[in-house]
Formats: sequence, C-alpha cells, structure tokens
Amino acid sequence: MLLYLSNIIQEFIAFLFSLVGLTAEYVPFVSMFVKAVIIILVIMMCVAYLTWWERKIHGLVARRKGPNVVGPLGLLQPIFDGVKLLLKEMIFPANSNKFIFLLAPVITFLVALLGWVIIPVEQGVVFANLNVGVLYLMAISSLAVYGIIMAGWASNSQYSFLGSIRSASQMISYEIAMGVVIVCVVLLTGSLNLTNIVLAQQDMWYIIKLFPMAILFFIIIVAETNRHPFDLPEAESDIVSGYHTEYSGFIFALFFLAEYANMILMSSFFTILFLGGWLPLFDIAPFNLIPSFFWFVLKVIICLTLMIQLRSILPRYRYDQLMRLGWRVFIPVSLLFFVFLAVILRLIDYIPSSY
Amino acid sequence: MENNKLIQRISNFLESLLLIDIFKGIILTSKYMLFKKSVTINYPYEKSMVSYRFKGEHALRRYENGEERCIACKLCEAICPAQAITISAEKRNDGSRRTLTYDIDMSKCIYCGLCEEACPVDAIVETPNVEFSTETREELYYTKEKLLSNGERWENYLKQKMQELAVYK
Repeated sequence: MLLYLSNIIQEFIAFLFSLVGLTAEYVPFVSMFVKAVIIILVIMMCVAYLTWWERKIHGLVARRKGPNVVGPLGLLQPIFDGVKLLLKEMIFPANSNKFIFLLAPVITFLVALLGWVIIPVEQGVVFANLNVGVLYLMAISSLAVYGIIMAGWASNSQYSFLGSIRSASQMISYEIAMGVVIVCVVLLTGSLNLTNIVLAQQDMWYIIKLFPMAILFFIIIVAETNRHPFDLPEAESDIVSGYHTEYSGFIFALFFLAEYANMILMSSFFTILFLGGWLPLFDIAPFNLIPSFFWFVLKVIICLTLMIQLRSILPRYRYDQLMRLGWRVFIPVSLLFFVFLAVILRLIDYIPSSY
Repeated sequence: MENNKLIQRISNFLESLLLIDIFKGIILTSKYMLFKKSVTINYPYEKSMVSYRFKGEHALRRYENGEERCIACKLCEAICPAQAITISAEKRNDGSRRTLTYDIDMSKCIYCGLCEEACPVDAIVETPNVEFSTETREELYYTKEKLLSNGERWENYLKQKMQELAVYK
C-alpha cells in the first residue's frame, strides 16, 4: 500500500517536471526530498499523538480520564501544547555558551530523526535499504549522547551537567548489552539488513526463539531512551529535570520531540528485531488480509503502550542500582546467552536464513 | 533456619530474574485500563456533592424584612485567627447599631469558620462557593456590598443550611 503511495508521489513529481519543462534526471532526487519531508511530518504527528496516548494511558491506569476537554477525546490537546511551547519565551542562561546551547537540541532532534532512514515499515518501503542497517542504527543511537552532553555542558548549571553525565554513562553502558543482544539476532539471521531480519522471521518470530533476549532488549531500549524506571538523567527529585533544566520554549520542545521520536524509533527497532516487523500474526486468511503496514503500526503501538505502562507502575531506580543492573546483570547475561546460542547453532549446524 | 534463608534467597533471585512483580504490575494495570471505569468527575461540567458544613466564600445575610442581621458586635473580628476581618460601626438614627464597613481580606482568610461560629445573629456565614478566583489581589478585598450581594445570591441555600445545622448549635 505504501509502496503504491510512494510510486504515486514519484509519478506526480515527474508529471510536474514535464509540465514545467525540466529534465527528468532530477526526479528521483526531488521525489526523495518530498518523501523525506512527508516522513518527518508523519513522525512529528506520531510524536504529538504519542504524548496524548501517554497521558491517556496514565489516566486510565489511575482510573482517571486523561485529556478529554480539548477537542473530541482531547485529541487536539497535543496541538495546543505545541502551540503553547512555540509561543513561550526562550530563555538563555547568562553564562551559557549560546552557540552550543542552541546546537545541542538541534543535534538531539536531528539524530532522533536520522534513525528513521533505515526503518522498513513494509516490504520494500524503506528510505535506504542499507546492508549494515543494524550498525547504522546503533551508531545513530550512540550519537544522541552528544546532544545531551552538549546541552548539559553549555547550560552552565550543575543540574544540567549532572543529568548529562548520568545520561551519557547510562546510554554507553546499556549500549554494550544492546550490541550483544543484537548479535544474537544477527547470528540467527546472518544479515545486518533490517528487511532481511524481518523476512527471516516468517516461520517464527524471534520473540519466541530468543525470548529472554527479547525481554532484555526491551528493558535496554527503555534505558536507552531514558524512560522510566531508568529516567535518572531527568529525575525531578534529585536533579530538577536533568539536561534540559535550563531549556524553555521551542528549544525545549525540540528535546521533548526528540525523546518521543526516539521512543518510537526504538519501539520499531524492537518490532523489527523480535516481533517480525510487518509480518502478520499468522499467515492465514483473516490476518494476512490486513495490510502489512497496519501490522507494523499495531506492534509499535503495543510496544509503546508497554513502555508507557512501565512508567506508571515502577518507581525510579537509584543510580548505582542502574549501573549495577547494566554492568553486572545485563552484560554477563547477554554474553552468556550469546555463547550458549552460538554453541547450540554450531551443534545443530544451523545455516543463517540469509544464505 | 539456615535452610529457610537459602530458600528465601533462591525465591528472591528467581522472582527478580523472571520479573514476576513487573508482570504482575502490568497485568493489574492492564485490567484497570481495559475493564475498570474511571471514577473522575468532569469537574467544570459536573460537580460532586458538597456538605452543608463546607466552608467557602463568605456572605452577609439579611432578615426577611430586608434589615441587615449584622449588629457590629465585632465578635468575628475578635476571633478571626488570621485577622482578616475589619469592621467599623455606627449608630443609626433609629438607635440601632449597624456596621459602617465590613471588610474581609479573602487573601488572608484561612476558611476556619470561626467567624460563623462566633456570630450571635447568624449574619456572617460561609457559602459552599469556591469558584471566586480573581485576576488581581484587590478584587479579593471583599467589602460589605460584595458580602451582602453574596448573601442575596445564596439566601435559599443558607436558609436550608441553617436549618440543617441548627441541631448542633
């Protein structure tokens, strides 16, 4: 369905070019640009409505109603929130490094969007079908640390600095375990291409084959995106709001958007690695009639809902507990499982499905 | 004894390994999300029941013939712990003693209800109204006119309230 849509866009741009009388050699470039803009807009809308969904879920868990006044079911709430943030004054701390202070949210936001380049939402519907997609995604998710470090340093405030240091060390330590878990998946697939990883799950999703790793990965992505119960970088009770303490108005909105875009990105990563991406639940009549894009969205929404639910049921970790969990539990457990899996695969002479 | 401790440790370990508490929490909250109805009242549109004893915005009452009840005895002024009430009195031509001004600084008031308790003629009372927020501080310095108009607005309710609470006086 989406493939059809993207073809239509390309055709339309080619038509426009012929109308104006330009040569057709720039058509792929321009249509790429148009698609990129569309993707960014869609992600922004998703992020906006994720905040609505989060508030709704928190409300329902606490037997409240959540936003329900602005528009039907409170659906206009995120738009009004956005307008409020845009209209607010941007305050720059007197002793801050203004250039880096401004650059930091831009980098964080950009990095959160960059990951979307390689997420396949449907068979063949992907911006760049990289053969090292997994590596790319890992690299991008580590880059997010830079924005946060810069924000903490440039704000010239202890709270921000502590928050950014916490965030950096947390992301780095959890990335190791994340890498090992991903290697487990890659062992089974034999490919770093995300499309191939999804296609390798046609007979059985990896959440069943690699159940413990899937749970581990889910916890790791919660930690990676600095969400509850691992949101130490922005723990209100000890460091006000961490690296974005000094941010206000639009530049704060950029951080906010980046955090939620990262959440969606990581959820789709989880969906692709373990929940079989766009594959239907069973490959039989009522299930495979639903367009595969909807399966993808449904799985991502389930992931996000779980992440949000975790926020409403769990208290925050202490920082040393967080580090202990990362280094003394996750890394050994994932490494052990990795070795175990490798031995098993060697014993049964497993051939990765991409060969 | 030792054995019990070991079992305890093992079961604790398994519990944390299998994330049992977290799954329990997810299941419980899912039940709440999907099956339980929310208990929220849509506040500005629907309001919950308010007791007669609720202490909200103040009002000065009148007798049925339109005469003010307040006799400027200043008991409320004396008892007010926040010293929010200021009264000045005059003697009228007919010899009765009435207030010239009756000011309440609502930004000082702590809504303890002692003025209501102290009043011998049930003149100063508290209505259940809590929606009197203002944009400036000056609007919260209530004068006699404001309080009397409050009394007119809430007279029916206040009559009922006095009847209900008469037993306890």
